[in-house]
Amino acid sequence: MKTLTDRALDLAQVQGASYADIRVVRRLTQNITVKNGIVEALSDDESQGIGVRVVVDGAWGFASSSVLSPEQVDHVTALAVQIARASALFKVRDVRMGPPVRHTGTYRTAVQIDPWSVSLDDKISLLLQANQALRMSPGVRVASSSLAFWREEKTFANSEGAYLEQTIVESGGGIEAIAVDKQRGEVQKRSYPNSFARDQRTEGWEGILAMDLPGNAPRIGEEAVALLSADPCPSGVTTLILGPTQLALQIHESCGHPIELDRVFGTEASYAGTSFLTPEKYRAFRYGSEAVNLTADATLPGGLGTFGWDDEGVAAQRVPIVRDGLFCGYLTSRETAQQLREIVGPEAPEASGGAMRADGWNRIPIIRMTNVSLEPGDWLFDDLVADTDDGIYMELNKSWSIDDKRLNFQFGTEIAYEIKGGRMGRMLKNATYTGMTPRFWGSCDAICNASHWRVWGTPNCGKGQPGQTAHTGHGAAPARFRNVQVGLLK
Amino acid sequence: MLGRQRIKQITERILARSTADQTEVMIQTYDGALTRFANSVIHQNVAETDSTVSIRAVLRDPAGGGAKIGVAGTNNLDEPALFRTLEAALAIARRQSPNPDFKSLPGPQSIKEVAAYCDATAGCTPEARARGAGAICLLARDAGVVASGALSTAAVELTVSNTLGAFAYHRATQADINTVIMSDTSAGYAAAFSLDVRDLDFEAIGREAAAKCLKSQNPKPLEPGEYTVILEPYAVQDFLHMMTWTGFGAVSLQEGRSFMAGKIGQQIVDTRVSIWDDGLNPDGMPIPFDFEGVPKQRVDLIRDGVARGVVYDSYAAGKEEGKASTGHALPAPNPMGPMPLNLFFAGGDTSLEEMIRGTERGIYVTRFHYTRPVDPMRVVITGMTRDGTFLVEQGEITYPVRNLRFTQSYLDALNHLDGISRASRLLTGMGGIACDRVPALKMHQFRFTGATEF
Repeated sequence: MKTLTDRALDLAQVQGASYADIRVVRRLTQNITVKNGIVEALSDDESQGIGVRVVVDGAWGFASSSVLSPEQVDHVTALAVQIARASALFKVRDVRMGPPVRHTGTYRTAVQIDPWSVSLDDKISLLLQANQALRMSPGVRVASSSLAFWREEKTFANSEGAYLEQTIVESGGGIEAIAVDKQRGEVQKRSYPNSFARDQRTEGWEGILAMDLPGNAPRIGEEAVALLSADPCPSGVTTLILGPTQLALQIHESCGHPIELDRVFGTEASYAGTSFLTPEKYRAFRYGSEAVNLTADATLPGGLGTFGWDDEGVAAQRVPIVRDGLFCGYLTSRETAQQLREIVGPEAPEASGGAMRADGWNRIPIIRMTNVSLEPGDWLFDDLVADTDDGIYMELNKSWSIDDKRLNFQFGTEIAYEIKGGRMGRMLKNATYTGMTPRFWGSCDAICNASHWRVWGTPNCGKGQPGQTAHTGHGAAPARFRNVQVGLLK
Repeated sequence: MLGRQRIKQITERILARSTADQTEVMIQTYDGALTRFANSVIHQNVAETDSTVSIRAVLRDPAGGGAKIGVAGTNNLDEPALFRTLEAALAIARRQSPNPDFKSLPGPQSIKEVAAYCDATAGCTPEARARGAGAICLLARDAGVVASGALSTAAVELTVSNTLGAFAYHRATQADINTVIMSDTSAGYAAAFSLDVRDLDFEAIGREAAAKCLKSQNPKPLEPGEYTVILEPYAVQDFLHMMTWTGFGAVSLQEGRSFMAGKIGQQIVDTRVSIWDDGLNPDGMPIPFDFEGVPKQRVDLIRDGVARGVVYDSYAAGKEEGKASTGHALPAPNPMGPMPLNLFFAGGDTSLEEMIRGTERGIYVTRFHYTRPVDPMRVVITGMTRDGTFLVEQGEITYPVRNLRFTQSYLDALNHLDGISRASRLLTGMGGIACDRVPALKMHQFRFTGATEF
């Protein structure tokens, strides 16, 4: 492999590149879906290729190909150089990368049971069992159970001397029950352990077994049917307790995205948008209440944003984002870290925080979340409910929307419960809540402790042009928010 | 680009070697590039060449009927890798449980050739893309605002072949430009699509977005509530996408979770609304067959306000007596089911200018952002306005307003219709693999439920 990477780096420099890197990536994926007792999808896919990124005349170029031959490496490298020269036609300043990155080493996700060592028979059997258990409730119209496995082997080398080999393994699984009331034209859905088909983590088959999909399926089926006759979530301003998976998505959307420094600097403006967390707010803005501490930690075991080095060869690290409610950190790349330092001065770190991630060989790395998490507080969940006189508990996301600076949001959840006099009460359906990001986090007055905390996976984060899908992690425990507008459906 | 002959050779080698009862080979190639700009400079500039082979192996279940199906894919076109992929598909199929609903892969059918390939687009150079993006950047710099956006050009091939004798090959090109031009307090958007990159007028796109940006500076807050709205085609396109997600496919109808369920033949929206899918219409982005090689049929989804039908692939059609695929399969395996990708919303008899002139008080919306279904059965959607939102009073745009959140049933909105524009725009469709042709709409009682700070 090194012969191939050296060839690209040498050729790029001969052709005028002041910086070059190459990634050789092979990705294996396996997806299995059982629907109403039938295996509707079972596929294995392999995608491999090379991506060469260069700086020539102070501007970026990137080219990629699925063909792994010396001739194609030469072609792709030359094309990347040509593209960079075209980029330079409309530059206003040269790319500045900051301190060189020269790491060497290997990294592998720690797994107990390699998911590729588990037979298809065992995987299908587990899904069929869970699917049958979902359909124990007669009102379940659609029962789905699914598994997803992912292995990415990648080699990174750059012209500064870095040479890194990584193997990332992910396992995901979940169940979903849909109940339909034809008379009233109503549909309700329940999922486990997370929304949108699955939870996913950097771990092996042991993670799937720990989910106990068959054991949880009867409850999920029953809840989907029960939601059809549940009362709708009332409208009003009330106290809200968010369950951990909904809170994970709240963190993703209202903290994870606005701290991406490329969004802050406008380089995602045409697609995903920008950010309200502009540089003058760095270390000078109250993002949330004093209870709120957020971190971006690429070293967190099991997180979907966990790796050895990012796709610029920068080592995985833990970066404070919000400390005691004060905004103090961004997700950065080598280039944007330099730009931030030029604006805010030496209090900003000189080196990248290691958040550049590419969706495969055919995409450039862009700033992505690692594992952006809300640190645990000190409440037990039962005590938190007992301490809440009047409010609503909401869990598991059903719909999500936020503006292009990440301020105004509205979320809907699969299920909710009324809280009255410190006790969980009746089930509520069609629950929604809305707010403005800093006000919402400013209203957080209690977070459950580490015994309720775990890292959840978001394997479907879209960003960039051409589009890229990132796998991100979010640690969360239930938390309480005061004076939140809930219930907007009419 | 591999070309028809080379692809045919590859598919024939795989099909000849397969021991499955039925085998399908789908090959997609992509040779494209994208020049992205922000802050009025090119900051990301990329190119990609890829060819993916997907093999679907079908084993008949002699015991209980139905079939066991395995799918495997690779982008390694070396013969040993292709044969390994075939073996993987067969191995998966052998371990599968039988699917009693699967009838058969589609047989050979007559495919109508459509012209969708342009040499100028396929051969577009990095320098030419840089000039296109640069034209918008320079225009923005001159206006004292900043431009961001992306200009992409691509040549693609799709081939579907199977052991029943089906062979369908199509090649196409795509050229797409979109831009957001921003000032400190405002933004404007414009986009265009064509098969021929020479059709894209970059300066016109830049001028449209820049004018919108300059006009929407220093927006004022506006109380949420129910308003008359005038929606540009960029915003109207979201109606098509959300109705597709929530109900234009056969699977959601069969499962009773489509807003069309139980309503076929009934009037569900204003009689002026007609929406259909037509993969062969040259006014869109024509593609003659689907991902199973079945010819595209025009399907009326809503005609004169009446729910007419949904789209089918062969698997969904096999579940209903007397139904046939309409040519709307997505790549296998696909539990989500068929989807319409070439959507048309019928034009009307008015114009954006007339809509504004006839509005006493309302909101003019350029486009929507981050829309999501809240209640799929009523197509209740929430989302934000973006990149140019204005108050209209006494027949004129009076001032820009801060962006608003809406929570609104799109079906109700289409029942509160006040007008449809004659003119329509061709816009890149869902997933970037197709196109939609959409007009502007005016409607009353559109429900805004929140506001943001910009």
